Amino acid sequence: MSLTHETIKETLVAQFGDKILGWEESYGMLSFTIQHDHNLKALTFLNDHPAMGFQFLTDLTGVHYPDRKGEEIAVVYHLHNLKENVRLRMKLYVPIEKPDVYTATGLFSGANWMERETYDFYGVNFVGHPDLRRVLNVDEMDYFPLRKEFPLEDQTRIDKDDEMFGR
Amino acid sequence: MLEQGNIHLPEGSIEKQTTTLNLGPTHPATHGVFQNILEMDGERIIKADSTVGYIHRAFEKLAERRPLNQITTLTDRLNYCSAPLNNMGWHLTCEKLLGVKTPKRVDYLRVIIMELSRISDHLICNSIVGVDTGAYTGFLYVMQYRELVYEIYEEVCGSRLTTNMGRIGGFERNFSDVAFQKIEKFLEEFPKVWKEFENLFNRNRIFIERTVGTGAISAERALNYGFTGPNLRAAGVDYDVRVHSPYSSYEDFDFIIPVGTTGDNNDRFQVRNEEIWQSLSIIRQAYQKVQAFKGTEADVYHADAPEYYLPAKADVYTKMEALIYHFKIVMGETEIPAGEVYQSIEGGNGELGFYLISDGGRTPYRLHFRRPCFIYYQAYSEIVKDTMLSDAIVTLSSLNLIAGEMDA
Repeated sequence: MSLTHETIKETLVAQFGDKILGWEESYGMLSFTIQHDHNLKALTFLNDHPAMGFQFLTDLTGVHYPDRKGEEIAVVYHLHNLKENVRLRMKLYVPIEKPDVYTATGLFSGANWMERETYDFYGVNFVGHPDLRRVLNVDEMDYFPLRKEFPLEDQTRIDKDDEMFGR
Repeated sequence: MLEQGNIHLPEGSIEKQTTTLNLGPTHPATHGVFQNILEMDGERIIKADSTVGYIHRAFEKLAERRPLNQITTLTDRLNYCSAPLNNMGWHLTCEKLLGVKTPKRVDYLRVIIMELSRISDHLICNSIVGVDTGAYTGFLYVMQYRELVYEIYEEVCGSRLTTNMGRIGGFERNFSDVAFQKIEKFLEEFPKVWKEFENLFNRNRIFIERTVGTGAISAERALNYGFTGPNLRAAGVDYDVRVHSPYSSYEDFDFIIPVGTTGDNNDRFQVRNEEIWQSLSIIRQAYQKVQAFKGTEADVYHADAPEYYLPAKADVYTKMEALIYHFKIVMGETEIPAGEVYQSIEGGNGELGFYLISDGGRTPYRLHFRRPCFIYYQAYSEIVKDTMLSDAIVTLSSLNLIAGEMDA
């Protein structure tokens, strides 16, 4: 294990400078936030740089933070360097009115459905995606169900009378 | 113009005619809810368009309203062929977030259960590959040992398919003597049966000819597609979460990672076969380690985490703290620490990851399942392109796709 968190930090800061908006280390995994229009540059750099070698995209998903004005939607990438066995998390935040993010499908074929899933649930528009359709929900759906403005039913509500199941 | 009786067709139009075939969503040969819209040239597939989501149940949304212990039941329904693996993965995720340290005996008991469910997962997958190549007997023959595995689950937690096994911190009760006897019985009888099953297939000309060279994917493409688990190892990459980031004391065990070379259907079959032998060896080692605990150590079956682990009923009636914790846990009123955690385990068909974000409330702020077969199923249309329909069926089953996991 020669690839340490410090090396990753230094290399990324040297390359991207103030485009990196923050660092975090939670439960042993290094995590950084990058300016939202630099995601593809960062992914390509991490993929191509001989010392980095993050060539495996483990996971890609979205998160909705309604309270963070102007950066409501987060897109989270989990990358893995299989040779050095180091994991890295990359985050970016986009405004909900214009959730445009560059697609990673050119780098990772596996990103295709993961991005479709993120679009399906959060409405993130992956610019350049070859086939950005809904994947799990029905095509006719006109909202993005995992956003926080669609709460699940409150289990303690009393206004609903159901003969079969009480309540 | 081409003259055929009195029908006038443009030049070359007969040769170029293709058929659209709707395979699935509920076709008996697809073993689950999979739809593929195939464009066929005779029996050759020109293009496959996979549709998923037929049994999407919004687990990620549901999880945002549930306390941690109620999410275990959702994980059962991901890969239902190896539900305990998902349960243990979820408990490990919670323990990582909450900082609960499990005793060694709990780890070893978990390893036994996890490897048993890996065996039952691979057993179903490999015997289904047999069914799709025309060998039904093997499937029925080994099914009695899946039954024995389910009896062990039943003895440990009370249920069979959707197990909801264990708690945060350990198990709900200690393994009974019957459970250990059944594990012993399994370890003694299953290898003989599995050896027979293997001989039946590995020396079967029809099976070899159907599987060798079909449904192949190169290591490079597999990595690019995010393959994990036996499917990636069959392509020749020795990535196994149990070795790369050991959890539940896997570092204490001695086993090898089998790898294939070509990533075709036969390699996937062989890798799973070998993994079953490795799992058996791990269970034997874990069983010995568990038996080595004597006296009070042999009664340890959960961690000391009163805030998250449901107290014994006798304590609830007699001790104030136990009563408080009982109500807080049952009513889901325990506040969980804020944090972000990614924990993955080697599931039945690949790296099963849990990405959990907590904002300090009682339920997760966000929970994402990294479902291995959702990710690698995208490669299906590339794998089956320009192959025969009958081979595509075998490929579908040898990839070990579980609709419940894919659609979450």
